[in-house]
Amino acid sequence: MATFAGRDLVCIRGERLVFSKLNFAMESGGCLTLIGHNGAGKSSLLRMMAGLLHAASGDMLWDDQVVSDDMDEHRERLHYVGHHDAIKPVLTVEENLKFWAGLRSDASEAQANFKEALDIFSIGHLIDVPGRFLSAGQKRRANLARIIASKSPLWLLDEPTTALDKESIKKLEDVIESHRANGGMVVLSTHSDMNIKDQQILNVSEFSAARGHESASLLAEGI
Amino acid sequence: MGRFLSIVRRDLRLALRQGSDSVMVVMFFVLTVVLFPFGIGPEGNILARVASGVIFVAALLASMLSLERLFQTDYEDGSLELLTLSPMPLEIIVLAKITAHWLTTGLPLMIASPLLAVLMNMDGNGFAMLMLALLLGTPALSLIGAIGAALVLGSRRGGVLISLLVLPLFVPVLIFGVGLIEAAIGGFAVKSQILILSGILFACLAFCPFAAAAAVRQSVE
Repeated sequence: MATFAGRDLVCIRGERLVFSKLNFAMESGGCLTLIGHNGAGKSSLLRMMAGLLHAASGDMLWDDQVVSDDMDEHRERLHYVGHHDAIKPVLTVEENLKFWAGLRSDASEAQANFKEALDIFSIGHLIDVPGRFLSAGQKRRANLARIIASKSPLWLLDEPTTALDKESIKKLEDVIESHRANGGMVVLSTHSDMNIKDQQILNVSEFSAARGHESASLLAEGI
Repeated sequence: MGRFLSIVRRDLRLALRQGSDSVMVVMFFVLTVVLFPFGIGPEGNILARVASGVIFVAALLASMLSLERLFQTDYEDGSLELLTLSPMPLEIIVLAKITAHWLTTGLPLMIASPLLAVLMNMDGNGFAMLMLALLLGTPALSLIGAIGAALVLGSRRGGVLISLLVLPLFVPVLIFGVGLIEAAIGGFAVKSQILILSGILFACLAFCPFAAAAAVRQSVE
């Protein structure tokens, strides 16, 4: 049973305080849904969890070990889906996904799995199609197939339903469900309501500091 | 190693399918050098005198042309974020991308250079050393240039900014590269220049991937 938690996280972007003293905790099989108004810091928090963004203060713990002590190991256990789908226009879907699968440590397994993953999102027939002919929704589905193909316990999904049709959202819900049933964790931010059982809701807005002077004083304190 | 090669392969494939990039670089190289006889005049002695410098400067400018694309497209479509998040060290990834960049720009430049040497009436003794100087020099240019390319990510008009950042850093490569060719033509010993150029290359190899990776991390933050 793995646990993932954040303690007193502070996020400062461009000298503006986005959120402060944010805490979260989750364990295997959990789903943490981030909500909040635009600019509350949902994406920033997800990027922080992925290690793309450094917390101005506070730290994250995986099984009570500080995550930033061993980022290589942390990257090994996470999958991140951001705003861009990272599908190269001149490479076929197969080449795109095989490349990403090949960078993981379970490369051979992942490369064997990805056809199945494409079928889950019903884009198996697009396997030979270059990325530039894909619609936004198909690109997103290919990107989601990438994270199913290789196993990682932690999924960080930044508005994964963008551009997806109802049917695909339903499939994504199923995929998240089975990932959790296998002991995985999911953190996702969303504006549309996804139908997910026992989700833990974190309203990032509650931690956001709307007052500008507070950020200045925090910066002055050297946080 | 397999993963390193898979990135090199991907970048080569991208370069090949997106077409013209490396062809353009070589064409630019050839055209720039061809302009000199028109500007200076067709007098053989003068051309021969400036040949090594002109060819080296043109190669340097040409390899800089394509630097902007080294990380830019990956940055725009989100691939760079995912590369940063992949379990292998970012330094290795950056080195793989630099390798692919050199294979698509530096190597064609090196191959095209003897033709231009003939065009510039360069002394025959310099040909081999010209290629050797470019063989040692262009990878260093790709390595140094990668730092500039990574630093300007996210800024508009990055291309011009890259030139301002990296051109001054190219100066040592230029001095010793041209020095090597001139020494060979003059019949002097070339060993010291070769050693210094190799030294620059290996210093770049050891330092630049780390600096470029740090800049990439900064850019995806």
